[in-house]
Amino acid sequence: MSADYHRPKELQAALDILARDTPRIAAGCTDLFPATERKILPGPVLDITAIPALRGITRGDDGLRIGATTTWADIIRADLPPAFDGLKLAAREVGAKQIQNQGTIAGNLCNASPAADGVPPLLTLDASVEVASAQGLRQIPLHTFILGPRRIDLRPGEMVTAIIVPENALTGRGHFLKLGARDYLVISIAMTAARITLEEGIVQQAALAIGSCGPVATRLPELEARLIGKPLDTHLITNEEVADHLSPIDDMRADAGYRASSAAELLRRTLTDLSEPQEAAA
Amino acid sequence: MSDPTISLTVGGTERKITSPPGRRLSEVLREELNLKSVKIGCDAGDCGACTILIDGRQYCACLTPAAQADGRNIETLETAEPGLSRRIQDSFLNHGAAQCGICTPGLMMAAMELLREVPEPSEEQVNDALGGILCRCTGYRKIVTAVMKANAAPAEVKAPCAGHSVGQPIRRLDGRPKVAGTEIFGADHTPDGTLLVRAVRAPHYHADFTLGDVEGWAAAQPGIEAVITAADIRGENCYGVIPPLADQPALAETRTRYLGEPVALVVGDPQAIEALDLTHFPVTWDKLHHSVTEAEGMARDAAQLHDHRPDNTLIRGKVSCGTPDKALEGSAHVVTGRIETSYVEHAYIEPEAGVAWLEGETLCIQACTQAPVMDQEDTAKVLGLPLHRVRIIPSAAGGGFGAKLDVTLQPLLGLAVLNTGKPCRMVFSRTESMRTSTKRHPGTMEARIGADAEGRITAMTFHGDFNTGAYASWGPTVATRVPVHASGPYLTPNYRATSRAVHTNGPTAGAFRGFGVPQAAIMQETLYDELAELCGIDRLAFRERNALRDGDKTPSGQTLQAVGQVECLQALEPYWRWLNQEVDAFNATSPILKRGIGVASCWYGCGNTALPNPSTVRFGITAEGRVVLHQGATDIGQGANTVITQIAADALGIVIEAIEIVGPDTALTPDCGKTSASRQTFITGRAAEAAGRALRSSILRQTNLEDADAITIKEGTLQVRHGTESRKIKLASLPVGENGYVLSAEETYDPPTTKLDENGQGTPYALYGYGAQIAEVEVDLKLGTTRVRQIIAAHDVGRAINPMLAEGQIEGGIAQGLGLALMEEYLPGQTENLHNYLIPTIGDVPPITSILIEKPDPEGPMGAKGLGEHVLIPTAPAILNAIRHASGARITKVPALPHRVLAAIKAAEAAQ
Repeated sequence: MSADYHRPKELQAALDILARDTPRIAAGCTDLFPATERKILPGPVLDITAIPALRGITRGDDGLRIGATTTWADIIRADLPPAFDGLKLAAREVGAKQIQNQGTIAGNLCNASPAADGVPPLLTLDASVEVASAQGLRQIPLHTFILGPRRIDLRPGEMVTAIIVPENALTGRGHFLKLGARDYLVISIAMTAARITLEEGIVQQAALAIGSCGPVATRLPELEARLIGKPLDTHLITNEEVADHLSPIDDMRADAGYRASSAAELLRRTLTDLSEPQEAAA
Repeated sequence: MSDPTISLTVGGTERKITSPPGRRLSEVLREELNLKSVKIGCDAGDCGACTILIDGRQYCACLTPAAQADGRNIETLETAEPGLSRRIQDSFLNHGAAQCGICTPGLMMAAMELLREVPEPSEEQVNDALGGILCRCTGYRKIVTAVMKANAAPAEVKAPCAGHSVGQPIRRLDGRPKVAGTEIFGADHTPDGTLLVRAVRAPHYHADFTLGDVEGWAAAQPGIEAVITAADIRGENCYGVIPPLADQPALAETRTRYLGEPVALVVGDPQAIEALDLTHFPVTWDKLHHSVTEAEGMARDAAQLHDHRPDNTLIRGKVSCGTPDKALEGSAHVVTGRIETSYVEHAYIEPEAGVAWLEGETLCIQACTQAPVMDQEDTAKVLGLPLHRVRIIPSAAGGGFGAKLDVTLQPLLGLAVLNTGKPCRMVFSRTESMRTSTKRHPGTMEARIGADAEGRITAMTFHGDFNTGAYASWGPTVATRVPVHASGPYLTPNYRATSRAVHTNGPTAGAFRGFGVPQAAIMQETLYDELAELCGIDRLAFRERNALRDGDKTPSGQTLQAVGQVECLQALEPYWRWLNQEVDAFNATSPILKRGIGVASCWYGCGNTALPNPSTVRFGITAEGRVVLHQGATDIGQGANTVITQIAADALGIVIEAIEIVGPDTALTPDCGKTSASRQTFITGRAAEAAGRALRSSILRQTNLEDADAITIKEGTLQVRHGTESRKIKLASLPVGENGYVLSAEETYDPPTTKLDENGQGTPYALYGYGAQIAEVEVDLKLGTTRVRQIIAAHDVGRAINPMLAEGQIEGGIAQGLGLALMEEYLPGQTENLHNYLIPTIGDVPPITSILIEKPDPEGPMGAKGLGEHVLIPTAPAILNAIRHASGARITKVPALPHRVLAAIKAAEAAQ
């Protein structure tokens, strides 16, 4: 639409721009604008929000596909299986209503904040990131896509087009808890997500994740393995073992020791909630 | 490059815009389409002041590039559906939900989205819908009510008759523009051709600097009209709110003493200046050793900030009476404690902003402020202008709470206008505002308090070191107020309280609602809980036993009258008993979540400490019959425009609707001093009462009537009735006086105080206000999180001039006290925005029960006492006491963030 602000309507046009230039990719702009005091988004900008194919949630052969520019409000309103209850709860905790209307799921991942609310529940959904370039598509597991704070595995010419949740992760029920120092508009001190598949009271699948307690949110594979094949038992989650998976920092929100111990406590509560026979998120 | 194809539908009309596609929609709406109800508080989606509806859903306009609004339906408060908008506006007015008004348009837009879907929403639905919008004034409770009841039929409100407006919950007289979004704040007025001013600021805490080739740099940037440095200052480059201690340069000369101190101004074409990257400004920094905390500032090897203030000591304060050390030695019970508090940011939603221009020889500055005449004096001093050549026209202030008492951008705007001859404006970014505005003083306090076997206080010693930051500001006021008040409103026969204000390279600490008294109250009130326990007396009963009563002497030796402290505590008793039972019952079956209650009191002297601080009010009637009140008490949301007018109306004996207000413009209105120290209702109120009475007397003289039952004015004729008699005065037949009035009065009131001697003995204040609050909290023993469940607040206001506005002050003060207790900690360089610096949201402020106690003070106008600061003082200690009651945790550093509470819980468990 102008020399340094592109807002194509087709994905191919976006990929063409990316092939010849290195613009800032803009979607909800809820992280891009706060990063500058300028009144105009510094260019060049590739705004991908006018591409209809990038927004929305669809069920395909490979599982569930969440378009890159799907907003948190879209996710809250979508009819999704209980495995996504954690993601829905996280969506409700992103900023407040305005941010949920505006912010996108791919933006949350690409911003790569250690406190990104979407990451722990997506990790429990075994999510992958679909990335496109003029050369074609590639799919990257989420846990390797985010390399560190503000660092992602996105090469020149590439953009995120979707988040894919595989078929075998659509089972069970998800949950999410976030700990912060106030209600609404809060960056978490720690957060936990879990997706548990129970059959007759016995854990079949377990996925656990913790965020805000290290440079990237992390899964807890050893603890997950221990839960499987038994009734859901929160006593299996010990502070020590949880802490082994984390590398929290001291900052203005909390100290590292507190982060680790509260993450373990939150994780136990997440599982307690999941052991109760009820639907979590609306 | 702009794109002509972006078009928005605004208010049903298609508007083509020329702004670049990447421009923030908030800027497009404000600057291109002149929709100024869209407020800018942070440019980061943290405050929600810019909330608008796009296709019916709420968005932060500051986070939306113009391109994304293309083809969509935009609603702002000015352009939204009039019916619903009007109902919400009326409901906000009727419920007192708008104070300063800066967040009001954003709240209303969010409410509009909700009310279209849910006409009668629940509290939870309101919280969810409005959770993204911060309000710093109201404490949110009245907002929640206003939204819940927006579609309900409003209660019938009868206009009070002449002479009877005091005591009525009159809707804010200046409220309509606030709820309609038409109020003019500091950033809202831009005359044609206005240049933009930006400051080049220090990136280090402490540094020497040399300027490079400024002219060469400026010449290489298009659009710059002037670069201004300290060398361009013709007056005295030194200002400060306490003139003998003035020490702050408008622009630093060779050394900067805090992060963000300005060294130069760049002035020019708004777009060009906005786009400049000021990190390339030619200046060389030579970093110096620095300190940020009071402990660092006091260290022997600390960098010294001001040559004439050895040991970084700005000032010391002291109040002492009796023989405290001896009395403590002989006391049956003694407690000792230490408390640390943090820098607290005012976090008003309106960052500092203003515009200035020349009218002939006169420099006019329209900016947000709490102290227009002080601005005039300091600005004239810096610019080297005689006072009459500087006119301060206060814009509406989008919150103040103390930090808009000091000049901020006024001298800078003046420099820019005098240098360029053109109108200039300056609007601080959120980070700029947070870095450079004053803060609440962090304090490190220690105290000992003793009681006899019957639980009567025997003695107290207190010392507080307060971090006053780089410059003096209100540090001396904190250092003198704290020792006067550190006993709390309790009879303390033997007493020694000392204080020290310590310079550091942290942000300058100044005035913040309470001038250090809230910090000292945390120290004293938490120790009182421990002392009550040692004495084996209920915590509330212990306070009642020791509360100051009429005829008691304060530690300053002042004999008090009209003390409502016991009445406040007694009013809390039924709640205390009931909540004690409720909490016990809950805790019996809840192993992890534990509830507790706490209580704390406040007292606070209204007006300057032992210094003159007069207010002058002019009241006149024109030949056409207009009744004009020159109301110079700056209304920053607290309600002076309404309260002072109520007092004046009743003193004159006329209906309040008949009065027009002329605000605190230094060219039009006599000085009513600063809006601080809870002084306006009291001091300006007294002046208004006197002016009203004087005007009434002069009317009666004209009529030869002894008294009047009613004074009315209709079509240029003033009519006075007394019993069966009636007189008419044709106003146009009277001679016009120098201020343009045919009848007028001007009265001054200055509270009777005395200087304090070297032991702090004297009469520091002419009157005090009192109060007490109960907090009920729920603490999570495993996570250390605290949720405040409710606050019961009893405040002795002497006379509630306007009960609705008084409640608004109480609720707003409690919200700030809650923030002080639980979440607010300003760390320079780290929490310079509203997502790292947390203030309470709509979800954090619990139900509040306000109890207004009216024990009239003969010195107050119609008995009234001040209230604005009192309300914040008890909240934090009441919450901390409740946390200890719930969990055993003894908090020694605020804010009580979850990790600190959890550590204190563990320490308490280990001690058992």
